[in-house]
Amino acid sequence: MSDELLRVNGLKVHFDAGRAPGGGRRTVHAVDGVDFSVRKGTSYGIVGESGSGKSTIAQAIMRLVPITEGSIFLKEHQISGLEGQSLRAVRDRFQMVFQDPFSSLNPRKKARAAIREPLDLLGIGDEKGRDKVAEDMLAAVGLHREAGRLFPHQFSGGQRQRLCIARALASRPELIVCDEPVSALDVAIQAQILNLLRQLQAEMGLSYVFISHDLAVVQYVCDEVAVMYLGEFVEKAPAAKLFSSAMHPYTWSLMSAALSPEAERGTLAKRPLLGGEPPSPTAPPPGCRFAARCPFATERCRAEKPALRGFGEGHRVACHYAGELEPPIPELRRAA
Amino acid sequence: MMSSEPMQATAAPVEAAPAAKPDHPMRETLKIFLKNRSAAGGLILLGLILFATIFGPAIYGVDPYEMVWMPLSPPGDGTPLGTDYIGRDILAGILVGGRVTLIVGAVSAVMTIVIGLVVGSFAGFFGGRVDAALMKFTEFFQVLPSLLLAMVMVTIFSPSLGTIIFAIGIVGWAQIARLTRAEFMRIASLEYVKAARAAGARDGYLMFRVILPGSLPPIVVASALVTGASILFEAGLSFLGLGDPNQLSWGLIIGQNQNYLMDAWWTVTCPGIAIFLTVLAISLIGDGINDALNPRARKRG
Repeated sequence: MSDELLRVNGLKVHFDAGRAPGGGRRTVHAVDGVDFSVRKGTSYGIVGESGSGKSTIAQAIMRLVPITEGSIFLKEHQISGLEGQSLRAVRDRFQMVFQDPFSSLNPRKKARAAIREPLDLLGIGDEKGRDKVAEDMLAAVGLHREAGRLFPHQFSGGQRQRLCIARALASRPELIVCDEPVSALDVAIQAQILNLLRQLQAEMGLSYVFISHDLAVVQYVCDEVAVMYLGEFVEKAPAAKLFSSAMHPYTWSLMSAALSPEAERGTLAKRPLLGGEPPSPTAPPPGCRFAARCPFATERCRAEKPALRGFGEGHRVACHYAGELEPPIPELRRAA
Repeated sequence: MMSSEPMQATAAPVEAAPAAKPDHPMRETLKIFLKNRSAAGGLILLGLILFATIFGPAIYGVDPYEMVWMPLSPPGDGTPLGTDYIGRDILAGILVGGRVTLIVGAVSAVMTIVIGLVVGSFAGFFGGRVDAALMKFTEFFQVLPSLLLAMVMVTIFSPSLGTIIFAIGIVGWAQIARLTRAEFMRIASLEYVKAARAAGARDGYLMFRVILPGSLPPIVVASALVTGASILFEAGLSFLGLGDPNQLSWGLIIGQNQNYLMDAWWTVTCPGIAIFLTVLAISLIGDGINDALNPRARKRG
């Protein structure tokens, strides 16, 4: 596709986890072969529970963790292959907003210096120009232009996240990787930040890789969504499609966990909320990784690994029985 | 199904009203430090000691190497703090000897801190094999009996000021290295360090402009304690007769007069009190810095 901005091919990130008992090394398969692409001006959401590897994808794109296998292209630049100076040369094209606005700002740097930092480090513009950019960015994210002379501890959580966004915007990137940008904020502030992100996207033509564990947030912001489980995508689809006709049992379980409590309390007990923990990412099971927790799992699921299969309009599901299973939640059935 | 209504019920972006006035964290720290009575007392005491050793000899005007009075005469009997076993003025000795003691203490403390900082920051920042190698090296120095090592070094090489400073500096850096490494590891995992890397920071910038300033507080405190310990170490070496015999220092005065302790207590006690007060002042300052930098002790607004 010509308007493709980011392309991730077969990305694998494995971490060494020390010696395994009985010889050999233990490896954490944090991300185990994911492919996706982000079109210019759109948002790509990645959802999944804690430990599924979503943040690792974000850090791999930002080149903050070593990539084990696969490639990442930002337009024509293969950012997965760049090192040192050549990597720094393209850093202005992609920036990141972190989860915790309290730990992602240097407590010793005033707001203006924090926003200027990417420009200073990458040598963009001159002294005066950088200060001007910092002020413009403060205004763009809805902070007072004079707020630049304050220290981070003088801002509230929402204001700090605005600062982080201003900082990510300073080098005029095309792509911003948002790693759970609102999960540390309270609900009213979440909405403000999400609206700000959408507004900036419309004004500046930004693209987002948007990582969250909150389906409602992803539904609100994203054009396409991938559901991640234990280092792999189990379902991906355009947002509207996913939220109207999800097909993977894991996606159902996420949705049933997130449904609003308006439904009668009696039915809540019958919902297929997941029990237990995901299997250890150091030794992923051979078949479907979700099989151990899936209420529909069969022998085939445990033995044979399902591949992502297409169901039209970009909807792809990694389940042997996708389309044959009946969603266990009435709300989902009605929608489908 | 999932309602997106709560998302739309939002106010327009709020303008952040700039708070009262920009208050630099360091300035706040200084304020807390000065409000702390014992820390301020330590600062004044150290100031007095420095003043006395810098200007004292000129003001007092007595040659500490000359026999000026009867040997072992008590304080007040002709000299303010008495005389030693060959009739030299103790007060003059303390004023002049303080220079050597403080210089040796300070320079060896700086050496300790610099070695510790460099080793610790590289180990903590790069981790892995670099860390393993540097920490093995550090442990090697940590298990050496430090006084024995210093004594051996001073005995092998001539007991000059340079040797003594080197001996003290080389034995004490291991704990600073460990502390620095731990702080580097803690701060390197914070998101603002990742954010700086994502913003295009090189390793050197990350180490010395991002991580080091954040990890300084406990290192500053430890450094104050190391300075006190270095002064004690120098006094200890001099007392054992391993100091530079040509340079008058507090430890040397004590060492030379130790045989007369029973008959003339002032010969040993007066320089001893000088050492005690100096180390106390430095420790009070160190504690004050610790309290001022410790976020838990700080009032939250």
